[in-house]
Amino acid sequence: MSSPTVVREGTILPAGEIVRYTHKERVVHWVNGVTYLFCMLTGLAFYSPYLYWLSYVGGSPAAARTLHPWSGLFFFVAMIWMHSLWKLQMVATPEDKAWKDGIKNYIENRDDLVPAAGRFNAGQKLFYWAMYYSAIILLLTGVVMWFPELMPRGWHWVLTIVVPVHAAAALVTIGAFIIHVYMGVLMVPGGLKGILYGRVSEEWAAHHHKLWYNKMKKQ
Amino acid sequence: MPNENMEIKAISGHPGPVAGGNVSRDYDVCKLIDTTTCIGCKACEVACLEWNGYEFRETTFDNTYQTMPDTEWNYWNLIRFNEHEDENGLQFLMRKDQCMHCADPGCLEACPADGAIVQYANGIVDFNQENCIGCQYCVTGCPFNIPKFNPTTKKVFKCTLCSDRVGAGLEPACIKSCPTGCLHFGTKEDMKVLAEKRADQLRKNTAHTHAGVYDPDGVGGTHVIYVLHDIDHPERYGGLPKNPRVPIMVRLWKHPLKWIGNIGMIFGVAGVLLHYVRYGPKVVDKKETRKP
Repeated sequence: MSSPTVVREGTILPAGEIVRYTHKERVVHWVNGVTYLFCMLTGLAFYSPYLYWLSYVGGSPAAARTLHPWSGLFFFVAMIWMHSLWKLQMVATPEDKAWKDGIKNYIENRDDLVPAAGRFNAGQKLFYWAMYYSAIILLLTGVVMWFPELMPRGWHWVLTIVVPVHAAAALVTIGAFIIHVYMGVLMVPGGLKGILYGRVSEEWAAHHHKLWYNKMKKQ
Repeated sequence: MPNENMEIKAISGHPGPVAGGNVSRDYDVCKLIDTTTCIGCKACEVACLEWNGYEFRETTFDNTYQTMPDTEWNYWNLIRFNEHEDENGLQFLMRKDQCMHCADPGCLEACPADGAIVQYANGIVDFNQENCIGCQYCVTGCPFNIPKFNPTTKKVFKCTLCSDRVGAGLEPACIKSCPTGCLHFGTKEDMKVLAEKRADQLRKNTAHTHAGVYDPDGVGGTHVIYVLHDIDHPERYGGLPKNPRVPIMVRLWKHPLKWIGNIGMIFGVAGVLLHYVRYGPKVVDKKETRKP
């Protein structure tokens, strides 16, 4: 598949397709995704003895411990970059309320009863903010865990709080991640194509993000 | 290094049971330190460095008999000195500080790295730097401030109770060097008897009527025990904690909180799979009839 030269969001392409994500948006999404995945796998290794084998994705357990914070730092930088692109679009809008009220219909695939959504539906926004705020908590707690040797011995008790908080925030992201990957890959066919190539069919756009599609059509 | 001659009882960050748990007939070993006969000569410090192959460290002067502020990754054994003054006069309190080899070790509890910390059936708690990942949770888990980080190798070190010597049937190096006989090594049972006898002797025949044996229950007892002049004030001996415990958050975190997370993740994965089986993918009609 050749890449379109026009990359503006909402551009209607030949063959009934529409630009869902710009090149920049896709790059930032995947930088974010890959660094997150590395942190998640190595983090789970440190979380549970039963998952310690996952630390070998970093080369060795000790290397995983060295790389995990760096990957986390890049994840956070990507998150900030993503925030600069999407923060306004992730703000709740009046139509989100109706969408949320009808979430049962969305989950049970009665899509004809689901209220029309904008570029991002209320579920996607919820996912975004869960990741965004978790990323902030993970960074703040992670920095403390990165260099415990710089902490005076009298302050070491702080680590006993920080470690579970880091894990709790990570667990929030893991829950969100499971749902995100499931929806992107299995539950919503076409979603993965959108974030890989930036294009979705007009039917897909009209079905899942009608308000956005209508707006783009008008432009 | 894990000692092949000694049965292993517990392993840090290890899934499933451990081969040597509760099956060994090894004796619990114990080091007894009688602070009342310690003269602070530091022969034990030198013996420790000699046996373990580390260089003597630079000393600092702080107007007391204290040679340096703290143990280090390559200095596992340090005499803590305190000039204690009260209505009975001035006392020079000296305590040989090193790993206490807790029966319930906080370091091992906190460690996430498989095999980085082992506890032998004889009670010795040993670090295996080969498996250490340098996260320093052991430092957080230890109530005695023992594990020390080497910033160059990113590994944590501490007193091994000379596991390499004990495994070969020898006493720890420090014991060999003590000129006053304030250090003893043997089975925990024997050392307890000896310690209680000495404490009793002090209470009956000296002014130290509060003499007693330091073998704190909060960490399940230790494999290094002290005879102190005043068991009510262990903190006078260079900050020996009165009631050492593994931090409660480490305990909560390693058991209930972790399992809540594990169950949550399992339910998360199971939930989406069940959803897929029950409802399947969202199908977009190619001839979408809904008007733009």
